Amino acid sequence: MRNPLADEVVKIKPSGIRKFFDIVSEMKDAISLGVGEPDFDTPWHIRDEGIYSLEKGKTHYTSNAGLVELREEICRYLRRRFHVDYDPQKETLITVGGSEAIDIGLRAMLNPGEEVLIPQPSYVSYEPCTILAGGKPVIINLKAENEFRLTAQEVLDAVTEKTKLLILPFPNNPTGAIMEREDLEAVAKVCIEKDIYVMSDEIYAELTYKEEHVSIASLPQMKERTLLINGFSKSHAMTGWRLGYVCGPARIIAQMTKIHQFAIMCAPTMSQYAAVDAMKNGDADVEMMREAYNQRRRFLLNAFREMGLECFEPYGAFYVFPCIKEFGMTSDEFANRFLQEEKVAVVPGTAFGDSGEGFLRISYAYSIEKLKTAMEKLERFITKLRAEAHNL
Amino acid sequence: MMNMRERILTVIEKNSRIGVKELSVMLGEDELAVANELKAMEEEGVICGYHTLIDWEKTSIEKVSALIEVRVTPQRGQGFDNIAERIYNYPEVNSVYLISGGYDLLVSLEGKSLKEVSGFVSQKLSALDTVLSTATHFILKKYKDHGTILCKKYEDERELITP
Repeated sequence: MRNPLADEVVKIKPSGIRKFFDIVSEMKDAISLGVGEPDFDTPWHIRDEGIYSLEKGKTHYTSNAGLVELREEICRYLRRRFHVDYDPQKETLITVGGSEAIDIGLRAMLNPGEEVLIPQPSYVSYEPCTILAGGKPVIINLKAENEFRLTAQEVLDAVTEKTKLLILPFPNNPTGAIMEREDLEAVAKVCIEKDIYVMSDEIYAELTYKEEHVSIASLPQMKERTLLINGFSKSHAMTGWRLGYVCGPARIIAQMTKIHQFAIMCAPTMSQYAAVDAMKNGDADVEMMREAYNQRRRFLLNAFREMGLECFEPYGAFYVFPCIKEFGMTSDEFANRFLQEEKVAVVPGTAFGDSGEGFLRISYAYSIEKLKTAMEKLERFITKLRAEAHNL
Repeated sequence: MMNMRERILTVIEKNSRIGVKELSVMLGEDELAVANELKAMEEEGVICGYHTLIDWEKTSIEKVSALIEVRVTPQRGQGFDNIAERIYNYPEVNSVYLISGGYDLLVSLEGKSLKEVSGFVSQKLSALDTVLSTATHFILKKYKDHGTILCKKYEDERELITP
């Protein structure tokens, strides 16, 4: 029988931490700080709208691009929150999570061999999706001394004639880094000069703890070269509803809609009705969750400070990214020993790219009580490690 | 954006046992400033107490609670305040609210037994001159109290998914 598989797919490495997570899920009393989704349930009024849509028999497809009402609400929201102006008809597409938008955006834009700049550490999908779309990933290794922000020079150093697209994953998973206006302006300048498009993954836009999030699409001359990706998962605690959206230049959105229409048809109808309510009446929920995350963020940073663990102050998402280089082991070794000896699961930074070596991703989408217990265990663990090193 | 006072209240409304240091870390405020604000709010009567929410159902202690609708005759010059005071001074009375709508006062009450509660209503409450009528509703089950769901424990049902 001949090989049923596509070489390109087989070549893609499965996510490195799958095995690690398998161990975690078998360890019953383990505390996991590994989950990348909100611990809040979706606010009840949003769930209620989803239920109501089912009761009314709204169980059919919507238009391919998504409910017009939802697209209009999204555009209103983006204007209100991030000062970007999109046309709900031609520049907006509702997708199955932000992740679908990443996939079909790359497929709609890349010709074979065209290069995509991917800053890492970052979300694990950009690289495989680029390869599957026929593009060539070019990794930019972000640096701890820049607080894992992307600099214009780093972009310039990576640009070639084949560079088509820059992925801009801020606020960042896993580092919690953000890009402020000046950071974005510098990068935008390079993009305009070198004629590069930007895929701005702003799924954590609502979760910033310093200045309000700035979208690169709101900078002059950037809207026409930016795909703005966002969704409901993180901001409104709606991960399981699988609903995201992408806004951008009409000619790109039109081609993305074509792929979406053939591959997906439309995003789940129930989720779309619920999301209309999230856009209309969800601001207070977002505010409440942001405040809760911020409290936990401060709590963790203070705990690190007290135990002398190095960590830059992250201002976004719900992750902290402490440095464990002082212990002289890899992120993988540290995470594995921490799991075995203290039964706490954290994700090794290397799961998000080589430049994550020496770091851990700790999610604070957990209750303060749980974080408190985990920090006690972390302190005990690193005290032990330091004693071991001392006795050598 | 909420001011410090509101942010403190939002946290301690759900967790009155939190220490000043931890509270100040979580709010990103100076510890002394938080301590002073708490003290000021206690003095001003903004913070009226630090109680514990107990689900007595889960203990061996028998308790009966009831909500009583009370219709009264307001008194000249006093409105409802005098009669409310007469009622809230009884130690078995948990809360007294002046209510808009079909009746005047909503009294919540806790007693050891059905008999004790009904005895209070018939002998003390109804006996007051100004009380026109009462309607007693015994509480059968508390699902949620003070914003906290009592009938179900929160469990983290998130599955590990590759990030």
